[in-house]
Amino acid sequence: MKGKQKKGIIRDYILLGLVFVMAILLITFFPDKKDEVINASWYFLVEMLWILPAVMILLGLFTVFVPKKTVVKYLGKASGIKGVSLAILFGALPTGPLYVAFPIAASLLKKGASISNIVIFLSAWACIKIPQEMVELQFLGAKFMFTRLALTIIFVVIMGIFIEKLIAKEEDVSLIPTKCP
Amino acid sequence: MSITAAVINGVAILALLIAFFKDKEKAIQSLKIAGKSFIKIIPMVFIVIIIIGLLLGFVPPDAISKFVGSQSGLSGVLLIGVAGAIMHVPSIVAFPLSASLLESGASITAVAAFITTLTMIGFMTLPLEIKTLGKKMAFLRNGMSFIIAILIAILMGMIL
Repeated sequence: MKGKQKKGIIRDYILLGLVFVMAILLITFFPDKKDEVINASWYFLVEMLWILPAVMILLGLFTVFVPKKTVVKYLGKASGIKGVSLAILFGALPTGPLYVAFPIAASLLKKGASISNIVIFLSAWACIKIPQEMVELQFLGAKFMFTRLALTIIFVVIMGIFIEKLIAKEEDVSLIPTKCP
Repeated sequence: MSITAAVINGVAILALLIAFFKDKEKAIQSLKIAGKSFIKIIPMVFIVIIIIGLLLGFVPPDAISKFVGSQSGLSGVLLIGVAGAIMHVPSIVAFPLSASLLESGASITAVAAFITTLTMIGFMTLPLEIKTLGKKMAFLRNGMSFIIAILIAILMGMIL
């Protein structure tokens, strides 16, 4: 994983170099666009830098203070409305990309958590993260952020229940992989 | 500084103080993770910032609104939804990108579809999801996420 991460960072820097060269070339060939490009980039850079350190600090705090073990422990046995709320809460709290959540979801499955709660947990992890909502608030405004948040919660819960019904109908045991990496 | 940024920074500082008060070692560990994540995301932030500049400077608003504006209809929403599903960028940088798209003529529906598919659907991580959670669960979750993303987007367009 470490090597892979390093590779990803190198890839990002190569990409940044390419984009930068492209921008320089474009501005050189079309100097009349220069001010507009620089103004727009500068504005978004400043907006981003105002919140990025704070968002990263929150991300770090959540990662350390809400360990994965706690998530599995509480969500493994919770059901009903409590289960749904916990699934959303635990999905929204810790941070990290979605693929970090897959192994957690797999161990939840093994522990007997309901399919609907696992789907809701994964979706909340992907889409209802608190630091992520903060960035959304900064750039798209409160109305946009809160409307999308409310709609997302409603639809994610419906989707979780629907997927559980679909899978239960077929009673397929092969759903649970025998080996988890 | 906007009010939003001030509130976010206030919350972060307060949370950090509480963390230090409760467990100094864990708090320092959190800061280390924060620093690492910051360094990791910085190149992506600059890439998106430059692309936003080029987008706003070079692409005329009518071109954007033709593809993903209000007159482009469902096909524009589906198009940007698929783009969001395939793209593999940290969700945090998706928001400034979305704001710049809105500014240059994209519809709220299209932008909401983009953000929702981008965060919920992992096309690149699908193999990993299949491996850990099984084929059925992975396909159902990603497929249905696309459908609800489009529904959320259409409702967003109607409400806002």
